[in-house]
Amino acid sequence: MNTEAVGRAYGPHEPYEVTRVKIREFADAVDARSFAHLSEEAARAEGYADVVAPTTFAVIIAQQAEFHVVVDPEVGVDFSRVVHADERFTHHRPIVAGDLISTTVHIDAIKQRAGISFVTTRTELADADGAPVSTVISTLAVREGDA
Amino acid sequence: MTAENRPGLDGLEVGQVVAEREVEVTRDTLVRYAGASGDFNPIHYNDVVAASAGLPGVIAHGMLTMGLAASVVEEWAGPGNVQDLQTRFSRPIPVPNPGAAVVTFTATVGAIDAEARTARIDIAAELDGQKVLTKAQALVSCA
Repeated sequence: MNTEAVGRAYGPHEPYEVTRVKIREFADAVDARSFAHLSEEAARAEGYADVVAPTTFAVIIAQQAEFHVVVDPEVGVDFSRVVHADERFTHHRPIVAGDLISTTVHIDAIKQRAGISFVTTRTELADADGAPVSTVISTLAVREGDA
Repeated sequence: MTAENRPGLDGLEVGQVVAEREVEVTRDTLVRYAGASGDFNPIHYNDVVAASAGLPGVIAHGMLTMGLAASVVEEWAGPGNVQDLQTRFSRPIPVPNPGAAVVTFTATVGAIDAEARTARIDIAAELDGQKVLTKAQALVSCA
């Protein structure tokens, strides 16, 4: 892996449109049981403008952005040797249906130890007004090849 | 950010278990999560690919485990109230076919900040008595 890729940024990318259907599907997949993920009325009763996303929903958007790092030949990630090492979400506000979210992904660190490279990316999610929505930090562990 | 649905800090104590859940993770669970998240890495559904990647078999998405953990916290915190959530993925979860990997989640109050009106919730996630997540913590906005 190319440690000189640290500091690179990709984006902003085309906005992701958050839909009620996707929130419902994701909530179902992670066993999130609040009706505020399913029903606009239930969400409004809890003070949200529309159906609210589960905590880790932002990963859908962040992983699309992180893909730009993974496929950059000048970074050199072998995706068949990737394992997820850690993940962090910092929400500046909850994501709700109707949000249009654009992303910029930054390579914050590339560290190597014991034949494994750790690539840390930070994806900044912003709404249509450019206001920050979430920061997603993810570290991939890439086992270096035998060669 | 709204305050209508936030959990109260009053009466909350460090060490208190606020939510727990046992989840049966099956191949169906993985396929459902792959579709919902868009993460179609074949190590999460294809035994041959998983074995060639040096894994013990098909494993669960780390982000599925984290998502399930978040849902356990949300059951107490209410939707939209987790400000910050972090974890390390310390051990993969092999998912048999047929059968299920039974993962237990326990959400415990780790710290309370009365000034900031937040609670730190520590999440234990275990498979067969072994931790699959390390330093799994949620910061929850409270009333």
